[in-house]
Amino acid sequence: MIALLTHLAAAGINPHTAPDTGTGDPLFSNGVHWGDLLILVVRVLAAFIMLLVATAMMIWFERKVISDMQSRIGPNRAGPWGLLQTLADGTKLVFKEDLLPDQADSFTFKLAPYLSVVPAFVTFAVVPVGGIITLGTHTFELQVADPPIGILLVLAMSGIAVYGVMLAGWSSGSKYPLLGSVRASAQVISYEAALGLAVVTVVLVSHSLSTRAIVDAQSDGFWHWNLIRLGFVPFIFFMIAITAELTRPPFDLTEADSELVGGFHTEYSSIRFGMFYLAEFMNTITMSAIVVTLFFGGPNGWIPPIAGATIYMPLIWFVIKVVAFCFIYVWFRAALPRLRYDQLMDLGWKRLIPMSLAWLLLVAGIVAWQWRGLILVPVVVAAGVLLVRATRLGSHRTEEESVLPSVGRRLDPARPSPGGNA
Amino acid sequence: MGLGDEVKDQFSFLGGFKLTFQHLTRPRVTTQYPDEKKPKYPRQHGRHVLNRYEDGMEKCIGCELCAGVCPADCIYVRGLDNPPDHPVSPGERYGYVYEINYLRCIHCDMCVEACPTEAITESKLFEFSFSNRSDAIYTKSELLVDDRGMPQKLPWEDWREGDDMMTSGWMRATSPAGNASYEGEVQWSGELGYGVRAPEGGQSGRRNDERTGNKALRQTLEAHLLAEDIPLAHRGMKGRVWRAKIGAERNKAKMEAARNRMKELRATRKAAKAEGKA
Repeated sequence: MIALLTHLAAAGINPHTAPDTGTGDPLFSNGVHWGDLLILVVRVLAAFIMLLVATAMMIWFERKVISDMQSRIGPNRAGPWGLLQTLADGTKLVFKEDLLPDQADSFTFKLAPYLSVVPAFVTFAVVPVGGIITLGTHTFELQVADPPIGILLVLAMSGIAVYGVMLAGWSSGSKYPLLGSVRASAQVISYEAALGLAVVTVVLVSHSLSTRAIVDAQSDGFWHWNLIRLGFVPFIFFMIAITAELTRPPFDLTEADSELVGGFHTEYSSIRFGMFYLAEFMNTITMSAIVVTLFFGGPNGWIPPIAGATIYMPLIWFVIKVVAFCFIYVWFRAALPRLRYDQLMDLGWKRLIPMSLAWLLLVAGIVAWQWRGLILVPVVVAAGVLLVRATRLGSHRTEEESVLPSVGRRLDPARPSPGGNA
Repeated sequence: MGLGDEVKDQFSFLGGFKLTFQHLTRPRVTTQYPDEKKPKYPRQHGRHVLNRYEDGMEKCIGCELCAGVCPADCIYVRGLDNPPDHPVSPGERYGYVYEINYLRCIHCDMCVEACPTEAITESKLFEFSFSNRSDAIYTKSELLVDDRGMPQKLPWEDWREGDDMMTSGWMRATSPAGNASYEGEVQWSGELGYGVRAPEGGQSGRRNDERTGNKALRQTLEAHLLAEDIPLAHRGMKGRVWRAKIGAERNKAKMEAARNRMKELRATRKAAKAEGKA
């Protein structure tokens, strides 16, 4: 670990070489022209349509890859290789009967899917998908918007998306959806802390919240990627936290089919269900894109010396990286069994949050004092040992010492219960 | 449990990643059902047929034993005296009415075993569905084999090339008198279209698997045997090569069949078009 940290220090996390921050999109640097507005509209529409198509492809991709991993064939009827399967499913969903449960709170029930879908769209707006392009006199970035608070918007939107899930479960007026949504809110809030701490390490070394600035700070070769600069660990934490945030397997307790029927969307049908489905997969793509932006240099990559390559090569690199992460999410789903609820909370609160906090301290120390920041290593290790000891003690308390009632406590097979019937 | 083992245990879930990734390259287990069908087992129970002798006479004598033995009460038979000038069956009486209700039939083959003249047997056809309850009742005109001795292709049944071969399963599915010394002895009459059926192979080794459509048990189960029970030539790397070779041959045959099917299809389309023009 020490070697890794010294390497980290040598790789130059240096406040003085950080790129200029807060410049924003160069599109409006010379005032607003009607051409600028046109570019803006085209950019938004293009992103919207591309994201929809990409989501359809993602659903197909997930079904195909997971069936490959299970020695099955997967969708192969609609279109070549089943490519149009999502379209067929969507068409079917649109024409199905839209049911509103008797017990449901009608307004909230209808609102919830939009609360799920809109944040999924908005989050993608801040992702830089390509380089900077000049069209005539207009120079603009290949991303919908580049607000100075970029990455905060992502966190905020993932927070709002929980409302969609929560309200859907609550307004259904049914047991399983309510259980699913309670689980969802607890899970997402727990993991948002670890997620935020991982993002803060990135912000610390990039000196900006703007996604474009974060990407620019990682240009000039892969050894500048935050993945390597931050020593892999924040990336792993981010990956785990984001999977939990997406409620994708193995953290899909919110819609655990075997326990909760369909979780929060049990009572939904027709296009409203379709919107939840859409939002889920759109979020998968968006979060893959965010991982790529934060840790893998976004659209940065080797550009061949061909005319025009600077326009399309970043886009191609971006797509390749995002598809790789989509594959990894599907791989998670194929390989890992669903966590138990207590395991989920243990992983979030007892491991991810303290560990990402520790790593954040180390990174902050190195950013502030260069190699002298390593002085924090013994501090962090000592704190870690204390914490592990404390959690061990807590979980090994005997019945008599416990301040909690025995109801709902986990059984320890090694220790006979005081009732004597174990 | 040492610390190393504990750590190993904590990360044992990584094995799942390896396994699922390996599966990407493994052959698929899916059969594209309506397009391709798995071969049927020799003893499969499908819908019934009413057989005829090789001279075309019906075998059914209208004795109603099948109806009596049927546990699902799905068979209805009425016998009638043979008209003396043109008899339907060789005996005194024949099956005048013969109906089977397939909403009730459980394909247990008790009727087949009860039949004294081998008149009713089960084919291997199972792909017949109805949208009407009265369509589920097959009458004599649908159950009786055609002039070649093959089951009739009814419009709502899903037949493919070769599906009507080896369909009459009774002879091979019934042991002659249940006596081991009779193994391999033919004790039944011929039937239209099939002639005298070959007996199913037992443990004596006197068997003709090609004629009965059977496979030795060991051959069927080879993939599931323990490593030490698999012949040396089929184990390890050698075995992998051997399996790959077999797989390649099977794929080649499949491709060939598909190509032929396409060729046929094209030819029929062309013919239809030419006919349309003419």
